[in-house]
Amino acid sequence: MTSTTETSQRRHARSGRIRGRAWIAASYVIAALVAMPVLALLWQASRGSAGLWSHLAAHVLPHAISQTVTLLLGVGVLVALIGTTSAWLVTAYDFPGRRMLEWALLLPLAVPTYIIAYAYLDLLHPLGPVQGAVRAVLGYDSPRQFRLPDIRSMAGAILLLSFVLYPYVYLPVRAMFQTQAANLIEAARTLGTSRSAIFRQVALPLARPAIAVGVSLALMETLNDIGASEFLGVRTLTISIYTTWVTRSDLPGAAQISLAMLIMVVLLVSLERWARRRQRYAANAQRDRSFAPQQLTGRWALLALLLGATPVLLGFLVPGGYLAVEAWKRFHFAGLSESLFTEARNTFLLSAIATIAVLASGLAVAYAARAFPRRGLLIAQRVATLGYAMPGTVLALGILIWVAGLDRFIDQSAREFLGRSTGLLLIGSGVALGYAYLARFLAISVGSIEAGFSRIPLSYDHAARTLGQGVSGSMWRVHLPLSRGAVAAAGLLVFVDCMKELSATLLLRPLNFETLATHLYGEAARGTYEDAAMAALAIVLVGLLPVILLARSGPSRRDSV
Amino acid sequence: MTRPHSLTAALLGSAMLMTTAGAALAADELNLYTSREPGLVEPLLKSFTESTGIKVNTVFLKDGLAERVEAEGDSSPADVLMAVDVGNMADLVDKGLTQPIESDVLEANVPEELRDPDNNWFALSTRARVVYAAKDLDIDSITYEDLADPKWKGRLCIRSGQHPYNTGLFSAFLTHHDEAETEAWLTGMRDNLARKAGGGDRDGAKDILGGICDIAVANSYYVGRMRSGDGGEEQKAWGDAIKVLLPTFENGGTHVNISGAAVAKHAPHKEEAVQLLEYLVSDEAQKIYAEANYEHPVKPGAPLDPLVADFGELKVDSTPLTEIVKHRKQASELVDKVGFDN
Repeated sequence: MTSTTETSQRRHARSGRIRGRAWIAASYVIAALVAMPVLALLWQASRGSAGLWSHLAAHVLPHAISQTVTLLLGVGVLVALIGTTSAWLVTAYDFPGRRMLEWALLLPLAVPTYIIAYAYLDLLHPLGPVQGAVRAVLGYDSPRQFRLPDIRSMAGAILLLSFVLYPYVYLPVRAMFQTQAANLIEAARTLGTSRSAIFRQVALPLARPAIAVGVSLALMETLNDIGASEFLGVRTLTISIYTTWVTRSDLPGAAQISLAMLIMVVLLVSLERWARRRQRYAANAQRDRSFAPQQLTGRWALLALLLGATPVLLGFLVPGGYLAVEAWKRFHFAGLSESLFTEARNTFLLSAIATIAVLASGLAVAYAARAFPRRGLLIAQRVATLGYAMPGTVLALGILIWVAGLDRFIDQSAREFLGRSTGLLLIGSGVALGYAYLARFLAISVGSIEAGFSRIPLSYDHAARTLGQGVSGSMWRVHLPLSRGAVAAAGLLVFVDCMKELSATLLLRPLNFETLATHLYGEAARGTYEDAAMAALAIVLVGLLPVILLARSGPSRRDSV
Repeated sequence: MTRPHSLTAALLGSAMLMTTAGAALAADELNLYTSREPGLVEPLLKSFTESTGIKVNTVFLKDGLAERVEAEGDSSPADVLMAVDVGNMADLVDKGLTQPIESDVLEANVPEELRDPDNNWFALSTRARVVYAAKDLDIDSITYEDLADPKWKGRLCIRSGQHPYNTGLFSAFLTHHDEAETEAWLTGMRDNLARKAGGGDRDGAKDILGGICDIAVANSYYVGRMRSGDGGEEQKAWGDAIKVLLPTFENGGTHVNISGAAVAKHAPHKEEAVQLLEYLVSDEAQKIYAEANYEHPVKPGAPLDPLVADFGELKVDSTPLTEIVKHRKQASELVDKVGFDN
């Protein structure tokens, strides 16, 4: 009897060790997968590019850097402001329409930045409805007599990007206010602190890591954007990389600029981490009631509703409504293209599969670093997030270079040993594309899941282990259930990002495989925007699915999101 | 909740699911890699398949066509490489990704100045870089040099100076003028801009109707498509608001660029690939090019679409395309230097 128990315990311990090693190995493999394209680029960059930097330094960088910094500062400040205010508004106050706003504020996530730029350029064009109405009111009949300032400007770019990217801040900050801030806020309230003082002295400092995570995601999206900046005439560093590569056929040069940019981003992110190194945020992870929101009435309620509805209006309803109208017009003119359904299915399936892979990998990396906090795994965790800090096109090139090499090796080996060609297994099957999504968006899942884990006190880990759970057991029974909300939020962000992704999809997809984004791009490149409107609307619609799904699961379970 | 190994299984399963999208290496098929927008080549490919029974698998790669084919090496399924700019065609040859083609049909149908000297690539259609002018503007002709004239201050619209259509034109300018003159010309044009350089070629016409500018530099075929009404009433209004001027260099003709195609070096279906190229320069396909795309056909004597013929007689600049291509990098650097897009 006793010996049986001992054997089983020993077996248990051994399998626990193996499980533990599996977590560590998985983490290193995933980090290596993300590092490979970066190494491939490093190799490209080392192939030299004579005279590039003197040209860049003299004629490109001064302008590109100042444009990039202005854009990032502007977007950073605005998304933090809009995201945090709206999150506080829907958690601290109650007013008619609040429940709807709570999820509606997520809607702009479904709108890719290049679509919002294209929609607003049309809407605000002298020939568009807005200026048309203004002229009618003022009694002018030709745009030559009166027109408003051009949206194609730095200010225009900052505004437009901020109103689609603020949900990256709203999502984690609201979660922070709802769960862990709640106890402290209640305590502060019992001590008689006023609501605005609670916001400044309790909620805001607590929300800082969530704001930092959200802002950095939004800024990475801004940095990666080519479509919107190009449309709006903002010449960022990313566009310089693009020009160096495409117009001057200088891939090594483009690789050099993007690696320089990557180093800058990594330094900035590390600086931010270093600045809040002494702060610990783990609190009581129990689910308990959030603090009661304050009821607003009369004009205060109206004001709150207006304030909360503005981001939804500008970031979603206006561009979405515009697309719906344009798509409707086109539908009457040319009917519905059948390929649109295939493309919508491709987009949905590809994004769903990639999201599962990205979430699973994110869990592995974040959990390994928590369960075995050794230097190597912490570094692996940082490496796994590199892909998001590079422009999508450049990362895709890095992947192309080495995956195609692997593909050729497989093909040649097969020809040599089996006497038949396998063709391009990884690129031809779309695996390369899925890999690109993984490398690019892993940062989102690692970041969110890590933040979710950080709210679980370490004592829980110890308790679980003392109670006989292995490393993996604690993860499935303790960590995952307690950070389900963070995982769901990460899943939403990754899904919509995969769906909107364009540069890697264009470069790495197999023959005869179109997604909504590539379709839209093809039409836009050809200048046939009217056909693009339907694909754009379809992107928004497909993107709505996960947003609604997440929103529905939201109110009933407070820790979700 | 799923366990780690079932997650791995899910990953593998998803990878296999996606293989259905891969294209086979079967006979009666060929694989086309193109940087030409899918909507533009589809009618041609459809007609090709109908007349030959050969199925065409395509992938549209806007940028990175050469990089992808190069990376795929001798395992690449690519048979035909199609691009929209002579610079892109030259890149493919420079990287050794094409092969010379001996074909009487191609040599007979594509004039010498519109193909690679070693027959690595062949032009399929040409597009002129023209000037759109507001309908009521008192002007009938213009030179490219005139675009820098201060009388156009605040009246000129153009897309990004780094776009291949523009670097192509600026390279051509460099074959007629020296670097200093070109820089001065670019500076002059920059000072004449009515708005930031950007957007697409059609925006030129739209912005003229919207009162933002009086003249715009753009490609010829967009006018055909706008005026045909295929894009709806709004675009017809843009197309009707302008007149097309065929500009020339002071001592030359109108700058044209090409769309072209080449057979990939490791093409698994070389025979079918040559067949497609020959088809694309046949009377039938050239007619489709003219009608569906409103471009100028390459085959001498092929009919123009009436909408295009309406622009007037095109006097193509005699500088060989291969000469123009050599100045691309210089042109692109000058664009940066004068801050054309800033």
